[in-house]
Amino acid sequence: MDDALIPEGAKRCGFPTFMIGIVIVGAVLLWGVYAMFLCWFKGLNQTNMNDYYGFALWIWADLAVIAVGGGAFFTGLLKYIFKVDELKNIINFAVIIGFICYSSALLILAIDIGQPLRGWFIFWHANVHSMLTEVAFCLSCYFAVLTIEFIPNILENRQANKVPFFHHLAHNMHGVMAVFAATGAFLSFFHQGSLGGVAGVMFGRPFAYREGLLIWPWTFFLFTWSAAAFGPCFTLLVTKITEIITGKKLVGDKTVHLLAKISGWMITTYIIAKIIDTIYWAWVTVPSMGFKLSHFYSNNGFYGYWILITEVILCGVVPGLLLINKSTRENPATRTIAIILGVIGVCLNRWVMVLQIMAVPVMSFDTWALYIPSWQEVATTILPVAYGIILIAVAYRYLPVFPQELELNKSADAAAQN
Amino acid sequence: MFPFCFEWAWDIGHAIFFGGFWYAISILGAGMTYCVLKAAYDTVNDKGGSHH
Repeated sequence: MDDALIPEGAKRCGFPTFMIGIVIVGAVLLWGVYAMFLCWFKGLNQTNMNDYYGFALWIWADLAVIAVGGGAFFTGLLKYIFKVDELKNIINFAVIIGFICYSSALLILAIDIGQPLRGWFIFWHANVHSMLTEVAFCLSCYFAVLTIEFIPNILENRQANKVPFFHHLAHNMHGVMAVFAATGAFLSFFHQGSLGGVAGVMFGRPFAYREGLLIWPWTFFLFTWSAAAFGPCFTLLVTKITEIITGKKLVGDKTVHLLAKISGWMITTYIIAKIIDTIYWAWVTVPSMGFKLSHFYSNNGFYGYWILITEVILCGVVPGLLLINKSTRENPATRTIAIILGVIGVCLNRWVMVLQIMAVPVMSFDTWALYIPSWQEVATTILPVAYGIILIAVAYRYLPVFPQELELNKSADAAAQN
Repeated sequence: MFPFCFEWAWDIGHAIFFGGFWYAISILGAGMTYCVLKAAYDTVNDKGGSHH
């Protein structure tokens, strides 16, 4: 039915099977959209936020998707600026994942502001003293970069590419992609950093507060570093999941090993910096503000030392070591474990830096705020996942996303024909 | 966002924020304008045929 749109030579499932999958995931998407409209039409009373606890579950999701979406800017930086040509085999997919992550982040922000019709106020009436203003500027601009990076792949669709103007446009955009990639890296550095900076400058919340360099707290650099380190893990993880679902090898081992190796070294260096930062914070910053470390990890039913150990050791040191070691990196099982742990680690870091910060009591009369999200928050947090699955499914079906697909599956396709 | 907005001030904060913002927007805009115009030129002159 849609054979004319499928990339030449590529094998895809039948259209009815494809549509059944889309309808199932689409139902989840609609559930999220329903919750989103409830928040827009009835207001933020649909959430469990209150004056004491002002961060909904989706704020964690927002920071998490921005962190794991960092694979797009870092892979683009390596491919177009540092000329790591091997990454050409995964760059299209990294861009699509980044596009999904950043469009989701903007959607979440549109829900969170409560009155999306006033979303443009952040640009028009900008508070130039706010790190979140910088985040909004860079996030919007970087989403434009990702859209620009995604367009050539869309124009390379079998039918679209027959239109001479689209063919030339895609060709010309590839030619100047380094300029867009450099702009994207510049924007990403600042918005990833500023999201960390928002936490680090809160001197009224000792759990988050960090010293730093000039106006930038250490969390500014740690956030950028962690996004660049763990973002490629997420790209590799989604690639692996796509390969399992499609039953095909989509990216060559050489490319996967290279990206895993780069990610491993980035994770290892990041986690060393993170450990140093944590030790300094625990032994110097926290006592100087009149607290003990145990204050942040006790007297409550959820947040204990386990979360610190899980984030730093299990989901930081372990994946870093697994990925820098050649034998464990090239073993599919241990590599997959490492990238899963890495993705969990960066998501856990964002959870701690967003939700635990708000939960910790600050004043002597305060109590721990253990937040339970409403179903509307859960639905709007799952919404981007459903949207991402649908966009990846459509892109994989109709666009030449993986340049190595035909070559890597030649023998399997020939066997299937015989 | 623009100097004609009532809250605009010619200070360092606005210079850094909006300087960076307009700098990025200008690069993206100029880059896309170049690509679109060159694609139109190439299409009219049928440069490169239908293959890369």
